[in-house]
This record gives sequence, C-alpha cells and structure tokens, in this order.
Amino acid sequence: MSEALPMAGAAAQVNAVGLSKNDYRGNPTTLCQGCGHNSIANQIIAACYEANVVPEKIVKFSGIGCSSKSPTYFLNRSFGFNSLHGRMPSLATGALFADYRLKGLGVSGDGDTASIGMGQFKHIMRRNVNMVYIVENNGVYGLTKGQFSATADKGLELKKQGTNLYLPVDICMEALASRATFVARLFAGNAKQVKEVLKAALSHKGIAVLDIISPCVTFNNQESSYYSYSFGKEREDPLHDISFHAASEGPQSTISYVPPKPEIVLEADMVDGEIREVALHDGSRIVLKALDKDYDPTNRLEAMRVLEDAHENNYLVTGLIYVAPESPSLTDLYNLVETPLNRLTEKDLRPAPETIQKINALMF
Amino acid sequence: MTQRIVNDFSITVGTPNGSGSSTANNTLLRALFKMGIPVSGKNLFPSNIQGLPTWYTIRVNKDGFIARRATHEIMVAMNPNSFTRDLADVAPGGAFFYADDIKLPIQRTDISIYPMPVKQLVRSNPEIPANLRDLVANMVYVGILAQMLGIDIEKIELALKFHFKNKEKPVALNMSMVKAGAEWAAAHLTKTDPFYVEPMNKTEGLIMADGNTAAALGAIYGGVQFASWYPITPASSLAESLNEYLPMLRRTPEGKNTFAVVQAEDELAAIGMCVGAGWAGLRAMTSTSGPGMSLMTEYAGLAYFAEVPLVIWDIQRMGPSTGLPTRTSQGDVAFVANMGHGDIDSLILLPGSIKECFEFGWRAFDLAERLQTPVYVLSDLDFGMNQWMSEPFEYPDRPMDRGKVLWEEDLERLKGDWGRYRDVDGDGIPYRTLPGNTHPASAYFTRGTGHTPEARYSEEPDVWVAKMARLKKKYETAKQYLPRAVIQTVAGAKFGIIAFGSTHPAVEEARAWLEREHGLKSDYLRLRAIPFTEDVSQFIAEHERVYVVEINRDGQLQQLLSIKHPEHATRLISIAYSDGLPPTAKWIESAILEQEEK
Repeated sequence: MSEALPMAGAAAQVNAVGLSKNDYRGNPTTLCQGCGHNSIANQIIAACYEANVVPEKIVKFSGIGCSSKSPTYFLNRSFGFNSLHGRMPSLATGALFADYRLKGLGVSGDGDTASIGMGQFKHIMRRNVNMVYIVENNGVYGLTKGQFSATADKGLELKKQGTNLYLPVDICMEALASRATFVARLFAGNAKQVKEVLKAALSHKGIAVLDIISPCVTFNNQESSYYSYSFGKEREDPLHDISFHAASEGPQSTISYVPPKPEIVLEADMVDGEIREVALHDGSRIVLKALDKDYDPTNRLEAMRVLEDAHENNYLVTGLIYVAPESPSLTDLYNLVETPLNRLTEKDLRPAPETIQKINALMF
Repeated sequence: MTQRIVNDFSITVGTPNGSGSSTANNTLLRALFKMGIPVSGKNLFPSNIQGLPTWYTIRVNKDGFIARRATHEIMVAMNPNSFTRDLADVAPGGAFFYADDIKLPIQRTDISIYPMPVKQLVRSNPEIPANLRDLVANMVYVGILAQMLGIDIEKIELALKFHFKNKEKPVALNMSMVKAGAEWAAAHLTKTDPFYVEPMNKTEGLIMADGNTAAALGAIYGGVQFASWYPITPASSLAESLNEYLPMLRRTPEGKNTFAVVQAEDELAAIGMCVGAGWAGLRAMTSTSGPGMSLMTEYAGLAYFAEVPLVIWDIQRMGPSTGLPTRTSQGDVAFVANMGHGDIDSLILLPGSIKECFEFGWRAFDLAERLQTPVYVLSDLDFGMNQWMSEPFEYPDRPMDRGKVLWEEDLERLKGDWGRYRDVDGDGIPYRTLPGNTHPASAYFTRGTGHTPEARYSEEPDVWVAKMARLKKKYETAKQYLPRAVIQTVAGAKFGIIAFGSTHPAVEEARAWLEREHGLKSDYLRLRAIPFTEDVSQFIAEHERVYVVEINRDGQLQQLLSIKHPEHATRLISIAYSDGLPPTAKWIESAILEQEEK
C-alpha cells in the first residue's frame, strides 16, 4: 500500500540498502505553506535515506494535532499509528514490545506533549523506549486555531485568547529531569543540523527527544515570539557543529571532517574549536565540533545549565544537549526470547497439556 | 440442648483490618473444604490498611449452597469497635465467641456466650516472639472453633502448610496457637450451642481458588504476551498472579521470557500500551476496575474503531465514582456495553464460575484476535478476591485462533494487493499485517479518524457509512464465536430467570427454595456473553415473566435486554440488588415472590 511518488525521467539514485529517496516519501502535506513541520518531514526523509534506514524497520507514531498529522508525509513504507491526544507514548511503548528490532519514530507537538500528554511523556523517558521522539514545538495550538500551549511564551498575545499568564514549560528540561538518554534542541530553520541529529537519534539505543522549534506561520510567527523564524534566525546559538557518521564509514571520516555549512549563517566568524566524538552502541559516531567553546553533552548538570542560561539570556540554544549512549533500552530489561514476540506461535505460547495438573495441584 | 445442627450454618469473624486475620480465616475455610464439606468464604473488608472493622463470613452447607447468608449462627468477635454490633447480629440460638480482653456489656441470654483468653494464651507461649503475637493471636480462635465445632486439626495443619508453602517454622508457630486454643476450650468451655461440622465427601476432586488467579492462569494458557496494568482494588491480584505464574509457565528452556508485564503510570497508559501491543500482534491484556475503566474509555473507543484486538478484565466494584472500593457489584454492564463516545458495540464475556474465569481467560484472546476488537471480561470483587470451591481448570479444548493476519509469504501470494479494512470474506472482518513484516506492501497507517478500506484518511459520507456498517456486520459475525448461554429448563416452570456472573450460587439456591417452599418452578438462563444470541431471545419469548437478577441499582442488564427485545420489554422484570454485598438466596427468593404475588 505504499504510495511512492516516482520522479519522472532520470533513473533514481539508490542508497546502500538499494532504495531511492522516493522510497522514503509520504503523501503530500496538508499543513500550511511555510510550516516548520514540513521542513522537518523533509529532513526525516533525507536522514532516513542517507542513513540507509530500511523503512519496514521503522514504526511511526503520533498523537493529535498539526504535528501529529505529519507522519503521513514521510515513510509510506513504514507502519504508522496516529493515536490519541497526548497518549502516543503508551501506544508506542506497547507496540515496540512486539518486535524489539524495530525503531519507533514519534512525532508530537507542544500541546500533545507538554499540555495534555505531559504524564505519558515523562514516563516514556523514564522507560527509555527505543524510539526517536520529535516534538514539533511552536508554542501554540494550530489545528484548533490559535490557543496557548504549555510552551507558549509568557505574555504572548493571541487574538481570541488575550495574554498568556504562565511561564513556558521547557521540554528539554522536562526530558532531562525524567532521565532521557538523548536530548536535543533544534531549529527547523537549521535543516542540516536537524538532519544530522535525526541520523544520530535513529542510531541511539533508547529514547531520543528532539525538541525542534518549528514556527507556526499562521498563529505564532510574530517577531517577538521565541517560536518565530525571525527569532530563530537572529538568536539561535548552536552549541556545536554536528555531523553523524555511520559505523560503515569507519574512523577515516573524522579526519576528513568538514564542518557542515549551515543554511542559515549564524555567526559571522565561527571560532574553530575542539572536535569531540560520541560513540553510539551500533558503532556509529556523533562528531561535535565546538564553536565558541567546548561543550560536553554527556554531562547532565551542564545540560541543565545551558538550557537555563539560554532562558535567562533570551537566546535559542541548539545542538545535542545530552546523550547517555550506553543505557539499556526498555526491551533490554525484559529478558525476551530472541524471536520477536509477534512471531511466536502457539507452541511457544501455550504451556504443555501436562502442566495443567500441576497448576490444579497448586491450588488448594 | 436442642438437636444437633450439622454442616449447615454460617461463621462470621469480626476483626480489625490489617490484624492478620486472613490467614486464620482462610485456614478455617480450607480445613472445612478438606473435610469434604461444601463451603464458601467471603471477606467483607474496608478500604483501609489497618484498623477499620472487617468481617469474614464462612458458610458451610451440606447441600452445596454456597451463596452468602445474612444470618450468622457463629460469631467470633475480635474487634472492640464492632463488638456490640457483632453481638447483636448473632442469630437466636447461635454462639458468640469473643476475645475476653474486650470488656463490654453482654446482655443477650438467647445465645451461647464463650469468652476466649486470646492475649493470655499468646503471652503464655514462650516460643512466640513479641512482634508476632498479634499475628498469631487469630490462631487461638481457629483452635477454639475447631474444638467447639469439630473441625479436624489435621486439616487445619494441611491448610497452614499450604498457606506457608510448607515452611516448617511458621506452620509450627501457628499450629502451637491452634492447639493451645483447642486444648484450652476442651478444658474450660462447655458446649451449649447445637452447631457441629462432620466430614463429608462432597468436595472430592474440587480445587479452591479465587477468580483473579483463575483469570491470570487462563490468560497464560491463552498465550498472553503482553500485560500492562495499574494497581486498583479489586483487580490488582490478577496482574500479580500473572507475575507469579508467568515465569513458571512461560519461560523457554534457555530461561527467556515469551511475555512482558508492565506496571503503567495510570490506566490511560495501561490500556494505551495494550492497544499498541495488540495492534502490533501481541496477545495483550489489561485488568482493572470501574474507576480504571472510566479512564480507559478513550483508548477503548479507538481500539473499537481502528479494530485492534485486546482483552480487558473489569473486576467490578461498587460505583459510581470511588464508590465502595472494597465491595462487589455488577454495575459496569451498561457502561461497558457501549464503552466510548459515538456508536460502539462491545464484546463482553461474563464468567459465572471460577472455572469459567480460567476458560474465558484464554478464550478472550481467540475472540479478540478473530474479531479484531476489544473483548471485555466482566468479573467482580466477589469472584476476584474470594476463595471459591471450583471444578479443576481444564486445558483449552481447541487450538489458538490468531485471526486474519498476513505475513510476508501471504503478501507475496497476493502480489501486495490488499487493504487493511477491505471486507474480503464478507464477514465484516478484514485482514491485518503486523509491524516487523518486511514485505514492502505490508505497511499501513492506523488512525482513529475516518478511513477507506485501504486505510487512507477520508471524510467522505459514503466511506464513513460503509465503515460503520461493516463494524455492525462484524458484531453480528461475532455471535457465532461467543459462548452460548447455559439454560436449565424444568417441566412446569412458572417463569424464567436470567442472571450472570457471581450471583449464580444465590440464584440456584433461590430457585430451590422457591420450588421447595412455594411450589414455584423456574427456568434459568445464565448469560455468558454480550451481544445476546438467538437462544437468549428465544428464552425471553418462551416465558411470560423473566426475572433479571443482577447487582446494581437500575437493572442494567434488564434494560439492555429490553432495548434489544422491545416486543418483550414488559416481560423483563428487574431483580436488582445493590448494597455492596453479594445478594443472598433469601433476598432473591423474596424479591421474586413479591412479584409473583402481585
């Protein structure tokens, strides 16, 4: 039932698993033109293609909202489940028990995650479910036409709502507090960074939270908003340049490392810094090139500090905020058989007939 | 002394909650059971860990009637807070045993009064460490009752060995107090009441178990692969029994698990995980009670509409709201029948015995996977948490039904041409694929929004109507897979009775009394599933009056039956009982009599 959209003309290029970029596409978007979510969907397609992901090994999940519609815009060859508002984490947790070899790819929004879904969000962190959890964060409800979400700026004014009286929830901070093992904050306008971090997140074992500031061009793109394009362009301060290197690339790639060129030039003259590597469990590596100063993403306390610093000084800190590459993921803790549970048959699942006498004898 | 009354009376023990009396009470129950006497035990306990009054009532009945009785011939008063009430509750001619450290007035002269020096006997036993004194104190009344009623001390020891899993030390410690109580009673009490037990052979071949254990074991034989749950009385022990028995029954020789059990953060997540697991091809279940069912409603609706198999056990307790958390009820029937907003039909199983809790434990998965829908099993606190005599559990009599699932080779054969919600076979049941399937055409997108037979989003009126009509067709198809009602007919029956679940023993007994004392014979249909099948409609059609017995205020099943049988609605008369306790046979008998005399 895939709906690949073949490009006319030239033979498509294929990646290491023999698939063309079209094999990673989805249906056309139904979101607003210019919506940050669309560029994220495009980067998911690019990241999966470049990282040689087999689409059948990915399971897409979402809740309810504009962001949660987007899983139909990419990876048509992956199973997907558009679930309930704020309840995607529990669904994904159960589904990924069926085949521990599958990787979850969840897309949620700030309302879906930080308002109605905060409880489940915190618990999926704690359980370290093996999935990428993207929050397309725009500080506003889009599908219901412009209400405050839990990440909305204090003082934000919306036409039918008046002024937001409450301080915003910081999704990265919440993720860290709940012991997430991979936390990144990204800006949808910085596509290259989104793509590289997505690739790394797909290789991470356990939960990878990507809090992507993704402007809502219809309801929350005024210049003063933290969630606007203009704020991101002016006030984004990346912690590092990030590149992801699959295990197959070998160590060679580090030496020939060229800092990726951000589409948006953020600083006139970047300071060349130290190169730092984080090895993931599958042999891949995240290479982080420091910008103005070195940043250690394996230090939780430091992660919280940079988030707080960004708040206090009103800038958009982006990059890999935190990673703990060696934590066991949820299914690692359950001593499961090697065959995926959903491939087991009656002979594996029903105790032998002679056991029933033993069970009856155990009663009184 | 009046004539001896043998094997036909009730014993009620009043203790402070959390005082460790459950070991003593279960020991009494099991000892009587091992003596071959039909017996039932019901724990009437408060929502509390320590201190509030709790009662345990045991019925011994030579004829095998095991419903609760409201009459207490033998009362054991261990709780000063309920002492006066307990004393007043003893039936005339009955016996009142009380802990003699309770210094309250006793003015009744129509019953036998027996003081028990509980504290003194415990203190005078040098083997009992000070910290265990309160726990073993209850064994004193076990010993005294054994002596005064004739309970076999060896059977008491058997029960204690079972309880303590043959650990010598606690068995010896508790037995020492049982014996001390029995010896003291032999030396100091003169029996003035007429109540005795004598060995019979009426429990041979039976087991004793609670419904939650039975349900968990049934689920294990049904191949449960995933369970998620959240603690709630009276359902917790179902999931805890999974934890107890799964490692024993469902590990490979290499010690690997073919299952996973997750304690969720709440019932929203518990069912969410099950919907995920069921969707992805696991035999998934959750277990809860009314308040949890309320929370699960949201996901239940999605599972119905997106056609996801899962099993939900509702161990009913008295609602609405927090209600009576530790008291039994059948008050969720109407709610579950259409659980969720919009048009929903639920598949419901109604086990009517402990053995059926086991049977429906495995059958529920076959139904859920065959019909790709949530299957609700409605048990209740009385079944779930009390020990019942039961026929032994029976191994499943048929292979597992995994339903319509397409794997790689099936898609290869179909050349990838399939649609998740296409009604290929005309029975309303579509085919599904499972995540992990590597065929490039295997994937589809599941949603709670309107969708086409190919699982694409649609708001088209025709598409919506067709989808909802197919779900209705599937519900009709379901009837052929459901357990049939159990119907007993007798020649000369004046009316019919419909009941389900834990009221069965009380209904059986009420029928016997109605016939014996009033010459009123009745036919009886024990309902085992919803939707109602043809045999139910026929039963109603064949009787001018049908009494519908259930534990709730409004006669929920009677209402559901009336809606489905409007032409016979006036025949259906509600006999609804709703005070938190299991109904007695006498109550059912008089409620029906009252109607019959109209």
